[in-house]
Amino acid sequence: MTTPDATKPRSTPLRGVHEQLGASMTEFAGWLMPLRYRSETAEHQAVRASAGLFDLSHMGEIIVAGPGAASALDYALAGQPSSMAPGRARYTMICAADGGVLDDLIVYRLDDEEFLVVANAANAAVVNSALRERADGHDTRITDRTDDYALIAIQGPAAAGILGPLTDIPLDGVKYYTSHRGTVDGREVLLARTGYTGEDGFELFTQPGDAEHIWMTLSAAGAAAGLVPAGLAARDTLRLEAGMPLYGNELGPDTTPFDAGLGRVVKLDKPGDFVGRGALAAAAQAPPRRVLVGLRSGTRRVPRHGYPVLWDGQPRGTITSGAPSPTLGVPIAMAYVEPEVAAEAGAAETGDRLAVDIRGRAEPAQMTPLPFYHRIHDRPR
Amino acid sequence: MTVPENLSYTAEHEWVAIDGGVASVGITDYAQQALGDVVYVSVPPSGTAVTAGEPFGEVESTKSVSDLYSPVDGEVLEGNTEIDDDPGLVNTDPYGAGWLVRIRLADDSDPPGLLSAEEYTALTKEAE
Repeated sequence: MTTPDATKPRSTPLRGVHEQLGASMTEFAGWLMPLRYRSETAEHQAVRASAGLFDLSHMGEIIVAGPGAASALDYALAGQPSSMAPGRARYTMICAADGGVLDDLIVYRLDDEEFLVVANAANAAVVNSALRERADGHDTRITDRTDDYALIAIQGPAAAGILGPLTDIPLDGVKYYTSHRGTVDGREVLLARTGYTGEDGFELFTQPGDAEHIWMTLSAAGAAAGLVPAGLAARDTLRLEAGMPLYGNELGPDTTPFDAGLGRVVKLDKPGDFVGRGALAAAAQAPPRRVLVGLRSGTRRVPRHGYPVLWDGQPRGTITSGAPSPTLGVPIAMAYVEPEVAAEAGAAETGDRLAVDIRGRAEPAQMTPLPFYHRIHDRPR
Repeated sequence: MTVPENLSYTAEHEWVAIDGGVASVGITDYAQQALGDVVYVSVPPSGTAVTAGEPFGEVESTKSVSDLYSPVDGEVLEGNTEIDDDPGLVNTDPYGAGWLVRIRLADDSDPPGLLSAEEYTALTKEAE
């Protein structure tokens, strides 16, 4: 791994492609990434209606391998990777001893003794060092392979139809949250049916040198179906509509998985100790400190990260993420609110009782079940 | 990025066209590109007094909200009702159909402190 220059953002293997496409680039988690190519709203709508192509090469890839890999991960993570069959993937979290979330992850079991851990770019170093520490005494090697992988996602109802003819992997047999080795237009990939948009789709782990070829091939093959390149701005509104948490917004060191309504990722019934077990077992039993809820704005002003949520004029919560929703046509948000407020606001029409303090003015909002958007296409199983 | 020669500008990325004691105001091409898709613009109702350099409205885009600063002293004549229905006009035609507000100037003299197209272009280059 090369040592990143703190003053200069890292580039993905697809930087040249983005610049050629005229992308507006932004620094994100130490990486220079495409924020949008043209209109982020059009990119969002293309993913809902057809397909979008994303460069996710900033994500951290960590390989955990060896006879003790499964037991090391069972100890290190909130989930139980040892129970997964090779080829399966799972959404999980790595927690601190106090139960706070260090990162949310997808873990792929590639083989009996080999796992791929995909971490958020901003947390990759923390996850890497926590895994090393926690694997001590287990017979396993932890390797940060971020620079050895490019990651391209193709997401949307047309994704399978575009990718299918280009790969030797029969996509009909690829279940949600599984991975397969194969090729796309002759280039080796690890193909997974995963994503962060609320749509069907695939993520392709490739060698950096093959990324541009695969990107251009998918672009050309999908153009007629309406596939467009999509940037981080669209990715954020897509995941928000799908009610998916973002680390740094809904998740953080002061949040437990239970706070975020994701207690199901904590496998308290797995054998043996794991980091955070005591605190997480207590959190599972305790009444919730706060509840993650969905809000629909009653005005066109947008509730944004950090704005206070008001109940009868009093601050009783905080917005974690908010944006104008291209699908719903109104601003939407996720927020942590006190449990009593969640119960009352969820039970009945609240009129003006529930509001968001948007830059000094109380704007009415309505609580609404998460997710805001649920695709109607059948999820492959 | 386009910066029409015949307009005046502010350091807050607004353009101003003055004609017959009335200032038409919008945001620049540079500003709309930086903001991304505009989803909502709020300006005060007709008759509201505004002061040069003071915030008087806001522009919401997907990622952020920005204050609008009045480039002149005066009184709001009208907001652009077309952008209520189609805020995307601010992105597609920032100097034309995407104008935001017309302000009747408080006095007849040329408002002070506005930038020429050349000065504004230099300012945006500095920012990069």
